[in-house]
Amino acid sequence: MIPHIPLGQWVSDLIDWLLDTVPWLFDAVSAVMQVLVNGLTDALVSPPPVLWIVVFAALALLLRGPWLALYTVLAFLLVVSLELWVETMQTLALVLVAAVIATAVAVPIGILAARHRAVSVIVRPVLDFMQTTPVFVYLIPAVFFFGVGVVPGVVATILFAIPPGVRLTELGIRQVDREVVEAAQAFGARPGQVLREVQLPLALPSIMAGVNQVIMLALSMVVTAGLLGAAGLGAVVVRAVTQLDVGSGFEGGLAVVLLAVFLDRLTAAFGHPTALSRLVRARGRRVPSGAATAAREPASVGERQPA
Amino acid sequence: MPPVLGVSGLTKVFGAREQEALRLAGEGLGRDEILRRTGATLAVHDVSFAVERGELFVVMGLSGSGKSTLVRLLNRLIEPSAGTVEVEGRDLRALDDAQLRAVRNEKISMVFQHFALMPHRTVRENAAYALKVRGASAAEQRERADWALETVGLLERAGARPAELSGGMRQRVGLARALAADSEVLLMDEPFSALDPLIRRDMQDLLEQLQSELSKTIVFITHDLNEAMRLGDRILMLKDGRPVQLGTGPEIISAPADDYVADFTSDVDRTRVLTAGDLLREPRLTARLGDAPGDVLRALGVAEANGAYVLGEDGRVAGVARDDLLARALQEGRSALGPRELVPDYATIGADRPVVEFVHLVGRHAVPLGVVDDDGRLLGVVPRAAVLDALSAVPVRGRRS
Repeated sequence: MIPHIPLGQWVSDLIDWLLDTVPWLFDAVSAVMQVLVNGLTDALVSPPPVLWIVVFAALALLLRGPWLALYTVLAFLLVVSLELWVETMQTLALVLVAAVIATAVAVPIGILAARHRAVSVIVRPVLDFMQTTPVFVYLIPAVFFFGVGVVPGVVATILFAIPPGVRLTELGIRQVDREVVEAAQAFGARPGQVLREVQLPLALPSIMAGVNQVIMLALSMVVTAGLLGAAGLGAVVVRAVTQLDVGSGFEGGLAVVLLAVFLDRLTAAFGHPTALSRLVRARGRRVPSGAATAAREPASVGERQPA
Repeated sequence: MPPVLGVSGLTKVFGAREQEALRLAGEGLGRDEILRRTGATLAVHDVSFAVERGELFVVMGLSGSGKSTLVRLLNRLIEPSAGTVEVEGRDLRALDDAQLRAVRNEKISMVFQHFALMPHRTVRENAAYALKVRGASAAEQRERADWALETVGLLERAGARPAELSGGMRQRVGLARALAADSEVLLMDEPFSALDPLIRRDMQDLLEQLQSELSKTIVFITHDLNEAMRLGDRILMLKDGRPVQLGTGPEIISAPADDYVADFTSDVDRTRVLTAGDLLREPRLTARLGDAPGDVLRALGVAEANGAYVLGEDGRVAGVARDDLLARALQEGRSALGPRELVPDYATIGADRPVVEFVHLVGRHAVPLGVVDDDGRLLGVVPRAAVLDALSAVPVRGRRS
């Protein structure tokens, strides 16, 4: 006979123990998340929608081009006319906070995994576990630790969104041309310099693809977060489901899709050479030594054309 | 004084059972056998050489012969398993990380096969990289980088990015980056292998010219023996990570150490490697101004020759005494060789000139081609037979049935 292993019991004991031992930790995390999400929501909701629509369109124009700008204006005007602007902005705030935190956690882990084989070996199965665990399983400990509301939603979203960020960061750094790394080392660069001056810049497109994935996954968690009582489009959809209200369910779902397309196209542009080189160039101009270079450089035609 | 770069017993094993592999390698086992027994790869085994200031030292071998590993052992990009590397008498393996970085930054520069430029930086920023790492001021970085770019003929593209340049230009940037560091030792890992043949020739010319001006201590890796022969002062032949022969180009061509080397040399364009000095023979007969025409004519008869070099007091070639003119001098009763008996029926060449430059001069005159030193003194002659012999010679060991 195979003895019963009380694995579930152990996990729930562990959670109880954590709650008893470091309750202040969860309170602190909860408070910080609350402040971040609420602050961002207020900033997005307080001014008239037109202001933010103009800002979003300007971003789209700068990073991607006129078509995305046009889409942005139309999509957000539609959202306003559906009277879902506030919910959409609440969702955007949740997604942005979760994505920023997830990226802040994922990129350093990805860097470590790329530099140290041991870290990679440990991290990989953990990521597999995180990606294959059903989404709702995240929700249970999140609710235990943080109750209901927006915070457990953000926490679950962060956990769910981290894996692609880690994977694509590690992959990006590993794919950097070995000779270029060697060249930096051969001229006496310190490991930190090699990372900053060679590996990260060259891995940036891949890292940005990771960030894009992080944002999309975060968005896909919105409805789930709505189940936990987080305000926003998720709540709209959940309410529609419980009330069997097909019309408002469709409207809520459409708003999610419109937001998703906007975020995806916008952030995909980060990994794109055009946007990338513009950002790099803009940064270079601020450095005094680069100023003369940028000014003397007539066109750099090759760079502007997408490779 | 120690050599600029001294390497002794340098060995590298990749794999877990390093010590065991080292022991087996010491017993003379081959790479395959060691791999089979220990799972470790013997990349480089027991390589020793010393490179003097201003010398261009070529390491030559096929892919897999360990040459790329060897060059990376020289600046410890790859950590040696055994042996020492000394730069100006300092053992690199005794240095801690910070000291090693300083040595890499100031003493040893490297040029890479695929250029290894930073695509997100301008040509000038790439060239200035070593100085940036060193913490030099922006003005100094710019000044050194611009000097180096000018030296390689690329200053006008200083603001471009590597992606906008052709392969040859990119490698010029790679070279400029190494020159800007102003280090004594230059490691070049197959720097021209990725370039088109014509561009490669240009780059070889550029390197020769730079070397004549700057006199760096260069370790140059290549799998192309023509390139090795053309550029190298000395050549180290590597096979399966082990040195098989070390010598000058002509030494290797004329006496290959084994079949492996002979195989390489059979493809070499000998007319560019062998020089007049290599083919030099003692002239069978020379005369001096003032000798009796009758004596010279008799000696020509014995030697079965039509003419002989006539040397002045200082050993320089004064001209050629030809049999018909000697006979007339006898008839006219002149007793000493003078300007009237001499004809300019000869050609001379410097001892360092390759065969390709003088092959058309051979056999055209009454006397064999003369080989002279810088002052015009006759060192010897190159008979036509010697040229034909050298060009047609198949090294004995390399002869295939």
